[in-house]
Amino acid sequence: MTDDLYREVILDHFRHPRNQGALEAPDVKVQGVNPLCGDSLELMFTVKEAKIADIKMTGNGCSISQSSASMMTEALKGKALGESEALAKAFKKMMLENGAAEDLPEDLEELSALEGVQKYPVRVKCALLAWNTLLQGLEEWKGKTK
Amino acid sequence: MTALNPDRLRLDFPILSRKIHGKPLVYLDNAATTQKPMSVIMSMTAYYERTNANVHRGVHTLSQEATSLMEQSRDKVAAFIGAPDPATVIFTRNATESINLVAYSWARKNLKPGDEILLTEMEHHSNLIPWQMAAQATGAVLRFIPVTGWDGFLDLSRLDGLLTPRTKLLAVTQMSNVLGTINPVTELARRAHAVGAKVLVDGAQSAPHLAVDVKTLGADFFAFSAHKMLGPTGLGVLWAPRALLETMEPFLGGGDMISQVWPDRATWNELPYKFEAGTPNITGAIAFGAAIDYLNQVGMDNIRAHEQDITGYALGTLKDRFPKIVLHGPADVAQRGGVVSFELPGVHPHDIGTILDREGVAVRAGHHCCQVLMKKFGVAGTARASFYLYNTRAEVDALVASLGQVERLFVPSVR
Repeated sequence: MTDDLYREVILDHFRHPRNQGALEAPDVKVQGVNPLCGDSLELMFTVKEAKIADIKMTGNGCSISQSSASMMTEALKGKALGESEALAKAFKKMMLENGAAEDLPEDLEELSALEGVQKYPVRVKCALLAWNTLLQGLEEWKGKTK
Repeated sequence: MTALNPDRLRLDFPILSRKIHGKPLVYLDNAATTQKPMSVIMSMTAYYERTNANVHRGVHTLSQEATSLMEQSRDKVAAFIGAPDPATVIFTRNATESINLVAYSWARKNLKPGDEILLTEMEHHSNLIPWQMAAQATGAVLRFIPVTGWDGFLDLSRLDGLLTPRTKLLAVTQMSNVLGTINPVTELARRAHAVGAKVLVDGAQSAPHLAVDVKTLGADFFAFSAHKMLGPTGLGVLWAPRALLETMEPFLGGGDMISQVWPDRATWNELPYKFEAGTPNITGAIAFGAAIDYLNQVGMDNIRAHEQDITGYALGTLKDRFPKIVLHGPADVAQRGGVVSFELPGVHPHDIGTILDREGVAVRAGHHCCQVLMKKFGVAGTARASFYLYNTRAEVDALVASLGQVERLFVPSVR
């Protein structure tokens, strides 16, 4: 029962978050906060040729928010900005509209582990924290380059 | 063993036989709200089926019966808190509204720039934000009695410096909803009165669990909520002495709170109606009467003894089974209520809350509307189990077993 929510891949990313830390000269740096539970993260990335060249994050929070963030950084490194935005929207759609994990784009395969969180509306916000922060960062970048 | 048999009382609460994710519900979120016995639920149904009418204005039979039922409830509430005069029991929506009533009708009239409102660092947002707003409106300043640490006591050594002739109000919780600490409100009130301050006691956590007598408590204002003591949501109480209430202007204007009305002015109704504008929560008030009957039948002293027993058992068992667990609040059950906040190092409280829910165990996880306290201790939140008269030692065992699931999943982090 509990194990189908807390899949091993979630716990692995929680214990060993990928792309942790800070970038020396990020092009975009954004803070995301979930005021309900106090989870917070700082996301930063560099942009080269309209792609996310490097991406890192720091933060603290529950296993759902932290693993989602960790998986996101892995999925997006090297991705075009437009594609990143599309992936973020696809993931949000799956989580918010009770979509099926198998409909997720291939690049987000690992993130299908978070499908079980759908059943916990309060926790969906945790899973989306990193992605909403990313979308905010992409908007900031668009503003900068206008 | 105590005189209270929780296994028998549980039969009165239909919801307690529910299953959650296939497991028996273990309801340990009583500091947030409590479950309702059949008698309370039935009182609402019976009222709507047989008596429903508006109160105080009608001359017809139903209206008179409804009025009389509601006023009987007021009498029961008054007796429950030892108030000699039922007209000093004001029905509100909840403890929060009761406190806001004081913040508007008393504080905004009586505070001026430089005056001080003394609070504590363990106040619930409901006993903090109304004072922030009142301070903003009047130029008064907020001061705080510090909390010594996770052991949960107010640092009374600071009281002499904090209580001065500038202090016009002390607003303090009788029992912390995070730490469980029972504060020495009578002593605090004595000290506050000595400098001429009024005293508001937030009884949202204490009135359900301790015998309260406003004659000896020392409070000038006492606020609490029905839903945390077997009653319905949407009903709260403010008590204050008649002489004080008489000096206060109404909080909300409308029907029922007036005596005479002209196009440009009005005079106010007598107590308590002056503070009860509009059609009140009649059903809620009547059901609260049924809840108080139930509590009286069990006996507040028995409830307190049972909760001390179960809290002591929980503290001991949790510490034995999880040596690394961090338990907050006083270690001595004589100084605390049945609220146990805890942290498992390396595990976020929301993960604890979700995993426990999968095992049928309902606890609260988060900041518990006490962000000031959480910030002081540098944590985002805690997990909290809180008990009431129907909880059993077996349920504490279920809590411990489900925390075993948390440990199993997060073992590399807990280790």
